[in-house]
Amino acid sequence: MSEQSQSYEPGHHPDLPAPISTRGFIGWARHNLFATIPNTILTVGAVLFLLWFIPPIIDWAFINADWSGDTRDACSREGACWVFIKVWFRQLMYGRYPVDEIWRINLAYFIAVTAGVLLFVPGLRGKRWIGLFLLVGFPIVAFYLFVGGSFGLVNVETPLWGGLFLTLVISAVGIAASLPIGVVLALGRRSSMPIVRALSIGFIELWRGVPLITVLFMASVMFPLFLPEGMNFDKLIRALLGVMFFSSAYMAEVIRGGLQALPKGQFEAAQALGLSFWKMMGLVILPQALKMVIPGIVNTFIGLFKDTTLVLIIGLFDFLGMIQLAGTNPNWLGFAIEGYVFAAFGFWIFCFSMSRYSQHLEKKLHTGH
Amino acid sequence: MAVDQLAPATRPPLFYDPRVRAIFFQVLVLGIVLLGGAYLVSNTLANLARQGIASGFGFLDTTAGFSISMSLIEYSEESSYGRVFLVGLLNTLLVSGIGIVFATILGFLIGVARLSQNWIVSKIAAAYIEILRNIPLLLQLFFWYFAVLRALPGTRNSIELFGLFYINNRGLSSPSPIFEPGFSTIVIAFGIAVVAVFMLARWARKRQERTGEQFPTFWAGLGVIVGLPLLAAIITGFPLSWDVPKLKGFNFVGGIVLIPEFVSLALALSLYTASFIAEIVRAGIMSVSHGQTEAAFALGLQRGPTLRLVIIPQALRVIIPPLTSQYLNLTKNSSLAAAIAYPDIVLVFAGTVLMQTGQAVEIIAITMGCYLVISLLISGFMNWYNQKMALVER
Repeated sequence: MSEQSQSYEPGHHPDLPAPISTRGFIGWARHNLFATIPNTILTVGAVLFLLWFIPPIIDWAFINADWSGDTRDACSREGACWVFIKVWFRQLMYGRYPVDEIWRINLAYFIAVTAGVLLFVPGLRGKRWIGLFLLVGFPIVAFYLFVGGSFGLVNVETPLWGGLFLTLVISAVGIAASLPIGVVLALGRRSSMPIVRALSIGFIELWRGVPLITVLFMASVMFPLFLPEGMNFDKLIRALLGVMFFSSAYMAEVIRGGLQALPKGQFEAAQALGLSFWKMMGLVILPQALKMVIPGIVNTFIGLFKDTTLVLIIGLFDFLGMIQLAGTNPNWLGFAIEGYVFAAFGFWIFCFSMSRYSQHLEKKLHTGH
Repeated sequence: MAVDQLAPATRPPLFYDPRVRAIFFQVLVLGIVLLGGAYLVSNTLANLARQGIASGFGFLDTTAGFSISMSLIEYSEESSYGRVFLVGLLNTLLVSGIGIVFATILGFLIGVARLSQNWIVSKIAAAYIEILRNIPLLLQLFFWYFAVLRALPGTRNSIELFGLFYINNRGLSSPSPIFEPGFSTIVIAFGIAVVAVFMLARWARKRQERTGEQFPTFWAGLGVIVGLPLLAAIITGFPLSWDVPKLKGFNFVGGIVLIPEFVSLALALSLYTASFIAEIVRAGIMSVSHGQTEAAFALGLQRGPTLRLVIIPQALRVIIPPLTSQYLNLTKNSSLAAAIAYPDIVLVFAGTVLMQTGQAVEIIAITMGCYLVISLLISGFMNWYNQKMALVER
């Protein structure tokens, strides 16, 4: 009171804090939740919706859920029965891979994760070699570990592979193969040689125009017809071939975007320096073009990772396939929802972290204005 | 003189001539592709001959001998494989079309909600987008089909809505229209109304260009479209009645039944694709700079016309190309029908017919060809629309 009636010399009035209604939580809420009458109605409606929607889910998933025990009798059926997941956990992760050999899968995971983490340690030297190992050495090591059959490791047939392990194998192979094939196809599509260009366009558009399911159908029923008598691939390899064709067509289009975005001067400068075609591509064009489309490549990976679930239609038991199998087990009928929620959570973690990573890269690589 | 001392220009070896090289490489590539193709074809022919599988498209006239749970056209077990193909194709088109409509509506709503000033609404939209688009579609489809729709009560304990719709684990039963004679008058009236509105819109635009006066085209058009058929209906005495489903014994009789496979596929496709469309819509609206809104306000436009005449036309230019690829994805994803036994082209044609005839090459080729044609048609249409909306530069 007294302060307001006081008089000040011009320019000597003390700074007063902003009114309480415009700062802090109240100010924020007035601005963001109750700015206008329709806005207030929206807020109340949304809060009511959340109150109706969220508590039953929490009740079901946590409060009334059953966590301990190892038969279905342990489940009260009032909430989620996580015992189902617990009992089937090994199959969901590794399929029917022999229990005594599971260490081989874990060892491969460990090598991949260690090498991957080392790649992200800032300031570490020799990253080039780690990257090269991941691209070239690791697939050989992993193949040997998974399949076995020599040097004292027992051979494990691919029909025993399954669960999250199979999902990871299919998506990793698809990703690793699609990059080089995609680069070649993208270069072919941008080539000045008409026949090469036409073949590339035909290949890319053929695979991009049809759904993955028909590709997998084709891989499982038509590939055996293509091969000479007596020669046959196993089902997993046929599916992998289908996935490879499919994903490399998508990858080619992403990479073509990067090639098109490069200014023409880069090509002309490289040619003026007297670089040959492959040197120009390898040293000047591709490093820039690929860097530009890394977010797009990661998004393609996410799409491929989600699409690998389709292999269950041709009878391979990936993560989702194992959950379907577990849910139709006569002893465990009626737990489909728990299985789906668990699978959704698993896929969501992978995809969400990849998409966050791609957004982070987009920001980091965005060096323009 | 210095010139004289240079070695006489020699032709570079032929192999270094770019044109010669180009021809050489192309012949090489073409040769490899042709040889590989010929190898595969000869293997295939040998295998087909060995397994005694017929070739050619004669099988399309053979009697199918199996029933299909849902068909838009007349179909019975005596129908031919060609008919099966048509039934499957129509089912694919139906579920894709319905999915596209609902995904677009829902996607636009959620995209706008994501940009809402209301914090809580925007966060709910964000949660929807992040959850739905990071979970595989097949998993969502299984969830809706096995966990939700198959868990509904049986026909006896159906959930009843207004006494007209019944929801149970055999699907959604709803009344079906029965067209009585005289209904064609209403259809004709509707056709006339559509043509009239089209003419009216042209006249209104011309008049506005000439005089600047606006004509309430929307309300007038709505009046004509609703009013004219209504008038025809009153005159002819409402020649339309509804066949309401009734429970008889263990099942519902009458009305139309939407099978649970169809409902869950349409639901999963729309919800999943809507999350992608929402992000596209958000990016499109955000790409229109705020200066455009301010300029429109400065010209004295109200909020509604600003949105309709300034923001949305500009946002659409950014939205349409990625929207097209989402429509294509949705159509291709409708083939997941095979996983829950919705009778689409993949399940009945590339599945059942292939198993019965064994003619893998022809059937897979027809199926893939169909999807290719659908893709080309959708992208052709969207390209035409995009060109219509594109910025006309001087």
